[in-house]
Amino acid sequence: MSQAHAGLAPTRTTLDNGVVVLTKETRTTPAVTINLAVRAGSICDSADAPGATYLLSRVIDRGTTTRSADKISEELDNRGIALTIGVTRHVFSIVCTCLAEDFDAVFALLGDMLVSPTVPESELATRKREVITGIRQDEDNPAVRASETLMALLYPDHPYGRRAKGTVEIVEALTRARLVRLHAERFAPSGLTAVVVGDMAVSRAADAAARVFGAWRTPPPVPIGIAHVAEATTRRRVVIPMMNKAQADIAYGFTAIARADPAYYAFWLMNNALGQYAIGGRLGDSIRERQGMAYYVSSSLDANVVEGPLVVRAGVSPQNVDRAIASIDEELVRLTRDGLTEKEFAESRQYLIGSMPRRLETNSDITQFLQTLEFFGLGLDYDVRLPALLGAVTLDETLAAARRILDPERATVVIAGPYDQP
Amino acid sequence: MAVPVTQAALGNGLKVLVQEEHTAPLASVWCWYKAGSKLERPGLTGVSHWVEHMNFKGTANIPRDQVKGIIEQVGGSWNGYTWIDQTTYFETATRDALDRMLFIEAERMANCLYHPDDCESERTVIISELQGGENDPDQFLDQEVTATAFKAHAYRHPTIGWLSDLQTMTREDLYGYYRRHYIPNNATLVIVGDVDTAEALRRVEHYFENIPAGELPARMRTVEPEQTGERRVTIRREGTTAYLKAAYHAPAVGDPGFFPLLALDAVLTGAKGLNLWSSFRLPPAQRRARLYRALVERGLASSVGGALLPTEEPFLYAISVTATEGTPLASVEAALLEELDRVTRDAVTDAELAKAKQQLKARLVFDNDSVTNIAHQLGYYETIAGVDTYRTLDRSIAAVTLDEVAAAASTFKTSNRTLGWFDPVTA
Repeated sequence: MSQAHAGLAPTRTTLDNGVVVLTKETRTTPAVTINLAVRAGSICDSADAPGATYLLSRVIDRGTTTRSADKISEELDNRGIALTIGVTRHVFSIVCTCLAEDFDAVFALLGDMLVSPTVPESELATRKREVITGIRQDEDNPAVRASETLMALLYPDHPYGRRAKGTVEIVEALTRARLVRLHAERFAPSGLTAVVVGDMAVSRAADAAARVFGAWRTPPPVPIGIAHVAEATTRRRVVIPMMNKAQADIAYGFTAIARADPAYYAFWLMNNALGQYAIGGRLGDSIRERQGMAYYVSSSLDANVVEGPLVVRAGVSPQNVDRAIASIDEELVRLTRDGLTEKEFAESRQYLIGSMPRRLETNSDITQFLQTLEFFGLGLDYDVRLPALLGAVTLDETLAAARRILDPERATVVIAGPYDQP
Repeated sequence: MAVPVTQAALGNGLKVLVQEEHTAPLASVWCWYKAGSKLERPGLTGVSHWVEHMNFKGTANIPRDQVKGIIEQVGGSWNGYTWIDQTTYFETATRDALDRMLFIEAERMANCLYHPDDCESERTVIISELQGGENDPDQFLDQEVTATAFKAHAYRHPTIGWLSDLQTMTREDLYGYYRRHYIPNNATLVIVGDVDTAEALRRVEHYFENIPAGELPARMRTVEPEQTGERRVTIRREGTTAYLKAAYHAPAVGDPGFFPLLALDAVLTGAKGLNLWSSFRLPPAQRRARLYRALVERGLASSVGGALLPTEEPFLYAISVTATEGTPLASVEAALLEELDRVTRDAVTDAELAKAKQQLKARLVFDNDSVTNIAHQLGYYETIAGVDTYRTLDRSIAAVTLDEVAAAASTFKTSNRTLGWFDPVTA
């Protein structure tokens, strides 16, 4: 097929206020996915109020200068659609899939929310109760507790280490004025990437973006500096006893690399073989397949603007916690001593290259891919260049990547669940 | 849904559905078995799901250590799931991997190994899966409510099984179940993607025609007797958050009352899709829905959801509510039941029904956004009700009348409900 050879070939335009518009026409269904991403993620929270950006994400769609909350609800419900509003460390996004026939109206609605939210007091009060309930649910969730505690340990006094939702006390204290100011200071056209993928002419998306965002004139926000992160020098182990639970969750990790690190592709390949390929890579083979200890075990690499983490996660019975951690240690020692086999290396590489068409199967998949590509400046032909980038990685480079960070003596290990051995 | 589907059957009874979709250079293959957890007898609960796990552990012609990588080697994805009516497996990869995908599914149907060591190591994996589910109070409550709502039909036990059965089941139990249910005349093979139908059918014949048919497993005959009074289950355990569920016996997808109740659910909790594999990715369109306004907008709940899932036999319509911090479950229950009384008493309006239909129409489009999802839908409906049910979903929804929705509201009579509370206690 032409797509496989020519690649995705999205169209990129820039409005004169800096808004980037990426579009791709597809024909699978008469639907369109809109993904509006602003560089205003949770790093914008001040150190004394983590959770402000998250709370803004829960209320940004509840009233604008020209639409009441009820009016917005009517517009969404009448079209059978709903929003997914997300906050990552660096990005605040509003995502919606709609019928192609509804595209213009939905795009205008989403744009209005992004540019002109009013944060009504009554809505804020209701949404705060929802967020507080969510925080309380997280407190009862061993997997969340383990992951959040690990991040706090890996990233002390750093935006990556904060809980995105904040705490009950902080959320209760956040005011409308504070959220309005946060929006005014951090949301600007220079930070917006609007991605539109679906059954619709490219020119129609570009016209809509110009119509909706063309007049937006907020100066670029003051840049937020993100400090580099020191690696741990010793092994740390923290236990969060949750004796009401049936299973323990383990989060075991390291600070790893930034996305711009030249070794990124070697890390990606190494991590795929370690904890992803064919249900959890080497870790899955040892802990799930051979020892039958866990339903889930895997590792993930989140290379980010600065050094993101590499985290191994597993859910195990309390009596298997020590054995599972010992097995993770053992696999890391083996990997850093002997490296991957030629076969593992080849299979992971072949997988990562060969999976590209499938990873772009739905409109939603493509919008997310295009946002990542734009955020990290990877280039419009990234999907076409990727095979060569992965192809250039050597086996020795994956060994060097493993040796750079995967030292069990410097691992941070958190256990949350029905386990109380200090 | 105008794209033609070719339906065929091999001599051994294997049903085959092929739909060409040339929008991406991909193909998706799904193989479906009428082997859901409703076929399990006491002592063997969880066997369908455990068998699914065992069918990823090597076959006579795919060595155990290659089975998990065989499709990822070519960049593909694969998985499987088991639920109350069915077990299914799929691969999605570039179209040139079609032969490999068919080979895998033919091997899975006929030649899985069930090595005793693998059965043992998988026992603890599955118990770990069960315990992971129990960590979630909402999921735990769901299991308890379902078990309370049914007293006779095998829909009552969870697909993962009861712990004691998972601890005691034998390799022979697993292998016996596999051999009885994994036969071509109990299966449907679906191919959707950038393929040529005639050539795809030839490849299916090549891989499957020599697998012998078997005797079809006996169907369970038990019909759930009509519920005669409200049932309640209250779980008081350590936790932070209170959850409530209200479950009502509801029609099967092939029953006349299914689509009216689906429209009523859209009015109450907002429309969602009808694709179990993918619909959950999109939140429901529910902000003006009656229960959302009565519970979430009034600050009593942080979320409310309704679920009428397409099933072969009558299952449940379930409403799930998460109470906001500090709100007593009694207040949530009172507000919920008041709204259900109101919709029973006053029925829905013309405008509400029109909106529900528009929402559901959009959701049907969103359900079919990839070859993987289209293939899922063809096989899912063929397995529980016939593929025509899927291909006429839009017409079935469009045909729903106000009178039918009013009749569907009788679902909410007190004697038909099971109420479940997860009422947390502080440590």
